Amino acid sequence: MTTPSTTSLAVARVTRERRRAGVVTATRDRLGVLGCTAAAVLLVIVVAALFAPIVAPYDPDFPDLLAALSGPSPAHLLGTDALGRDILSRLIWGARITLAGPGLVILIATVVGVLLALLAAWRGGRTDTVITWLLDVLFAVPGIVFGLIAVAIWGPGLGTVVAGLSIAYIPYVARVVRGAALRERNMPYVSAAWLQGQSGTGITFTQVLPNVQPIVVAQAVSSLGFAVIDLAAVSFLGLGVQPPTADLGLMVKSGFDSMLRGHPIEAIAAGTLIVVIVWCVTVIGDRLTSSARSLR
Amino acid sequence: MTAPLLRLDDVRATLRLKGGEQTLLDGVSLEIGEGEALGLVGESGSGKSLTTRAITRMLGPEFAVTGEIEFGGASVLGMNAAKLRRYRSQDVGMIFQDPRAHVNPVHRVGDFLTEALVQNRGVDRREAERRAVVLLDEVGVRNPEHRLRQYPHELSGGLLQRVMIASVLLTEPRLILADEPTTALDVTAQSDVMAILDEQRRARGLALLFITHDLELAAACCDRLAVMYAGEIVEQGAHVYDAPSHPYTVELLGARPSIDERADRLPVLRYNRETHELMKAEA
Repeated sequence: MTTPSTTSLAVARVTRERRRAGVVTATRDRLGVLGCTAAAVLLVIVVAALFAPIVAPYDPDFPDLLAALSGPSPAHLLGTDALGRDILSRLIWGARITLAGPGLVILIATVVGVLLALLAAWRGGRTDTVITWLLDVLFAVPGIVFGLIAVAIWGPGLGTVVAGLSIAYIPYVARVVRGAALRERNMPYVSAAWLQGQSGTGITFTQVLPNVQPIVVAQAVSSLGFAVIDLAAVSFLGLGVQPPTADLGLMVKSGFDSMLRGHPIEAIAAGTLIVVIVWCVTVIGDRLTSSARSLR
Repeated sequence: MTAPLLRLDDVRATLRLKGGEQTLLDGVSLEIGEGEALGLVGESGSGKSLTTRAITRMLGPEFAVTGEIEFGGASVLGMNAAKLRRYRSQDVGMIFQDPRAHVNPVHRVGDFLTEALVQNRGVDRREAERRAVVLLDEVGVRNPEHRLRQYPHELSGGLLQRVMIASVLLTEPRLILADEPTTALDVTAQSDVMAILDEQRRARGLALLFITHDLELAAACCDRLAVMYAGEIVEQGAHVYDAPSHPYTVELLGARPSIDERADRLPVLRYNRETHELMKAEA
């Protein structure tokens, strides 16, 4: 080619600038003002949780029995719990598990769910029937019941509950993705790829998957909110995360006892943080879902 | 005479539905030699596209296909999955009517072009890209390196159809199936795309099955014409355009507007399903 190098340099710069501007605009377009706010709030919580060892003012497990159940003070901004542990520090550390547990649940459920959905959409026929039937059965059982069944089999603990809930959340992802994949599967570009001699597996992963990806992300984020609540609920029941580990669901439970003794801060703070996390995740998921739909 | 590259002998395709059966290809027979171009013309619904789908075995399980389809002496209908894949990826190349619908919107043009080579032939990605650039240049796409990085929606219809042609030429097939490759384009883009397709095909000595509504175009760039009506080829040969013998072809050619003559009204085709059945009964 005899294109002058100055032109291609200019083109490259414009493209780069556009791409950079594109990321910001795309995010704003997809999430809207409310969604961006939610994302910002969630980002603050996630960063604080990630850097808990640096951010938290105290060791979350250190009991200062002499200062037990003290109210907010400059030393302890949110006061201390029944064992004299700093509530703010426990919130920050607790957010870690409260985010990581459901995150893992959704990750597992999404990977398995997407694979099942793509398999069902590609093979169709009997495979599709069996998978759809299986998903319907899973759907019929509330997620928390799966958590409880897992606890009944393997005993209480975070890992157990995560395993149980992962299974429970598979249909939430798989059902939606299957529908989207079915639609993509019948697009002309799929038969064109088929005619190019690509394999079924190749087409599924290189052609269909990239086209359903926005829906996968939207559905995963939407389900995350539910998973946070389910996991916190199991911990509240004393079957998930075990004390003395800091966890928001567990803090609501122990704060519940303190509340009866006239110290409501722990329960309210932990409860509020759960609500804020779920609200953020749900708003983002909602926005992603409607933007994924508008892409169609 | 050597054996033809593609031979269809009495191919019938019957659509089996719950309500009953419908024969959509009713005994299609045609031959295309190595490097030869056959134009397949006919009205909408006459079975032109269905014929290409039968040739590539892209008809779904709801179709019952009988007859013989041979490519290079091998029976297409009898191929196993591996042979069929090789046949589709290496022997035939398909150019579609609507390039936009047949290119994955989320893949870059470069990925679309190199995909088949990298996946099926084990060609190195960089080598495949180099070949793609050369070919894009040959089919008249300016600034090909830049095009490889773009997405399909950034290209115009005519440009995308050239990309499509390049993608077919890249796999070096022996037969190109072009299903109304210019119908979705405007007139100027049409003639450009057609000229490129014709030129590249001749330069490489590829056979072509060219489906179109445009009789002139087909006559200009094909060695022979075949006219389809109601799932049958009513007439075929090199003579069709100049000296049609079947009444349907005669009427079809008579109904074309001409730039030399002034006509208030173009003749209406009187040939219909009834006359068609009568003709068949007589023969």
